[in-house]
Amino acid sequence: MISITSFSVEKHTDYTGSKIGMWLFLFTEMLLFGGLFLIYSTYRAKYPISFHVAAKDLNIQIGTLNTILLLTSSLTMAISILSIKNGSRRGSASFLMITIIFGLLFLFNKYFEWGEKIAHGIYPGSEALSVIDSSIVLFYNLYFVMTGLHALHVLAGIFVLFIMFVLLLKKNINRHDFVKLENTGLYWHFVDIIWIYLFPLFYLIT
Amino acid sequence: MQNKRNEAGFLTYLFVWISLIVLTAFTVTVAALNLGKIAVLTALSIASFKSLMVLNFFMHLKYEDRLFHFMLLLSVITLSIIIGFTFFDISFR
Amino acid sequence: MTQDSILLKTHTISFLEEKGRYKGILSWIMSTNHKRIGLLYLLSMLSFFIIGVILGLLMRLELIAPGRTIMGPQTYNSIFTLHGVIMIFLFVIPGIPAAFGNFFLPIHIGARDVSFPRINLLSWYFFIGGATLVVISLFTGGGPIDTGWTFYAPYSIRTGTNVSLAVLGAFLIGFSSILTGLNFVTTIHRLRAPGMGWFRMPLFVWSLYATGWVQLLATPVVGITLILIICERFFGVGFFDPAKGGDPLLFQHLFWIYSHPAVYIMILPAMGVISEIIPVFSRKNIFGYKAIAFSSLSIALVGYLVWGHHMFTSGMSDTAKWVFSLLTFLVAIPSGVKTFNWVATMYGGSIEIAPPLLYALSFIFAFSIGGLTGLINGAIATDIHIHDTYFVVGHFHYTMFGGTAFAFFGALHYWFPKMFGKMYSIRLANIAWLILFTGFNILYFPMFILGWEGMPRRYYDYLPRFHMLHLISTIGSWILATGLILMFYNFLRSLKYGERAEHNPWGGSTLEWQIQSPPPPENFEHIPAVSAGPYDFKR
Repeated sequence: MISITSFSVEKHTDYTGSKIGMWLFLFTEMLLFGGLFLIYSTYRAKYPISFHVAAKDLNIQIGTLNTILLLTSSLTMAISILSIKNGSRRGSASFLMITIIFGLLFLFNKYFEWGEKIAHGIYPGSEALSVIDSSIVLFYNLYFVMTGLHALHVLAGIFVLFIMFVLLLKKNINRHDFVKLENTGLYWHFVDIIWIYLFPLFYLIT
Repeated sequence: MQNKRNEAGFLTYLFVWISLIVLTAFTVTVAALNLGKIAVLTALSIASFKSLMVLNFFMHLKYEDRLFHFMLLLSVITLSIIIGFTFFDISFR
Repeated sequence: MTQDSILLKTHTISFLEEKGRYKGILSWIMSTNHKRIGLLYLLSMLSFFIIGVILGLLMRLELIAPGRTIMGPQTYNSIFTLHGVIMIFLFVIPGIPAAFGNFFLPIHIGARDVSFPRINLLSWYFFIGGATLVVISLFTGGGPIDTGWTFYAPYSIRTGTNVSLAVLGAFLIGFSSILTGLNFVTTIHRLRAPGMGWFRMPLFVWSLYATGWVQLLATPVVGITLILIICERFFGVGFFDPAKGGDPLLFQHLFWIYSHPAVYIMILPAMGVISEIIPVFSRKNIFGYKAIAFSSLSIALVGYLVWGHHMFTSGMSDTAKWVFSLLTFLVAIPSGVKTFNWVATMYGGSIEIAPPLLYALSFIFAFSIGGLTGLINGAIATDIHIHDTYFVVGHFHYTMFGGTAFAFFGALHYWFPKMFGKMYSIRLANIAWLILFTGFNILYFPMFILGWEGMPRRYYDYLPRFHMLHLISTIGSWILATGLILMFYNFLRSLKYGERAEHNPWGGSTLEWQIQSPPPPENFEHIPAVSAGPYDFKR
């Protein structure tokens, strides 16, 4: 059944293999959020009117601004990878830094937005929420849990982007070996996609 | 490793980005109209279209092997099944 | 045989003797070698298994007579919860893939290691970290959890016991399972040796592939559910709390969306092991290779469609009940395909009775009973009668112990000589099997009758009319424990005094039997080129 050939394993890293691994990881992330989308759709189907009423209190301007920030950060991320492919390490690092700044701006807005809600006494388990209709409370709690989990992913993404930035400066990532940066990009775009769904589901149902 | 055939370039990215922004503006505008029942459907269709653009261009799915498409499809189907089948309970209770 | 010697020609040191950067225990817990990680998993899981067995024995002892025997209700609640959590999350779910999959998957497909060796080690750390959190949860906060392994809301939100920490532990263990699945799927796609086409892979690899996908796509759902339990307890988000407008059934949906496919994470690799053992000891090519391979995939797929059959008495809608019941019967088709193919493989073969085959046969026996009683649970009308009774307890012990654990022991007997290079006493192994198998049936079969007569599960006390069957069952638990002790003694003894095992003691034809025992650190000096299927005994 077996014969020996002179075939020897090349020691270089398996580029496609790493990308498969990253995509598989993203699918698990998708199913992780999927559980929350399941809960969302259940309660939305059950209490459509409460959801409409409650969503009126969300700030569409901030939501739209954040959408644009994330979409633009995805653009700069893609350009960063394009640059390293074309051999421009400096260009890649610059665009990566811009991506990080957009990410931070997104989180800053989120902080501002959440802060305003909390100042009005709207947060999970708060006094103000305990007296209003429970279906409206469910909307807010879903809002906090889902955007909160998303914000955690943005935060983790920024952290990884920063590590990639350092690796770029150290020439650990270069035009011949940039699969780490590409996988980070995949993750960043995925976080963007989650937001693409969260935005209309929370902000645009008034 | 990667082959450079027809991979997206700077102009493609820019075009994708502009389309995404336009679609965002569009979905915000449409939401302001009172579309009633089809409002959810429109919002989700636009979101899915945007996701497809991000997937295909920014995430290079368009240039990847069939395997990647297949794996994504498998995951999306799984997600649809778990949400869809839960509604056998929710809608008829 | 001449071809075999090609791979054996250069005798190198084994992975056990390899000198790496570290010495002593560090050479194990810092190793990224898939074989060492496999053994790490094996050792840790067997330790947890022994703890789980002891808890099970304590439960049986409490049930030896009606009324309070050795413990009160609260202690009993904690013990059955821990027994479930330990056996499910720390033994059967990681079970065969993490121990034997890690060890043999790369060898089976002719690779030197898995795709992501460091992630592989990381997954073991998550596993041990999660287990540690579960252990810590016993002694801190409100003490040992008493929710049952299912953590059903709203009780898990209200109970004063330390649910949050235990649930966080389960979350980490789930993450470890995801990483294993991710590694296996990537490895099978990328690292098959030249000539190792999809239909030349051993069926064990097929079952791991199907399992890998279930691990990837189902586990995150329970991950988020467990996180939400913690959110409920700390922030009162109310998704599952009826007092806050939430829906406790939603918890059950989310929980079983994972936990039903998880049943197939437990059983699929076991079926893979059986598909390896049967042809080798029948000296015959497997009957219906493709049918078995595809039945693994279809079990994984159908596994996503049937979770609602755990909820027939929960107050779910009638539509959902009949849909889930109908779909549940579909699972019987691929399971039947496998069983019939195994039996057909043995037909006309020259069967050699050896410990691995004995375990494989007991698997087929126990799993058939477990599977057929599963259909009784799956039909709505009968399920309402037996739901939450000992019938269900009997059913899942026949599938999980009689199925997965027997396959696990079968795998251990089959691959032990390859993993350690030592042969155990066959005679002792046969005796241990006989005691174990007898004890198993005496322990679990009465449960079917008990359940049919109305004995509810999870009670520390019962009516006097159930006494006789409970007594028989408890005696069975002692016989089973004796068998286990004898089996482990046999292994431990042979590690020290066992004869050297030759490279292919069973005459297997898959790749692991073509290299020395124990395997060299990198498995193959040259990557083999494969030119025939895995069960080719004709040469």
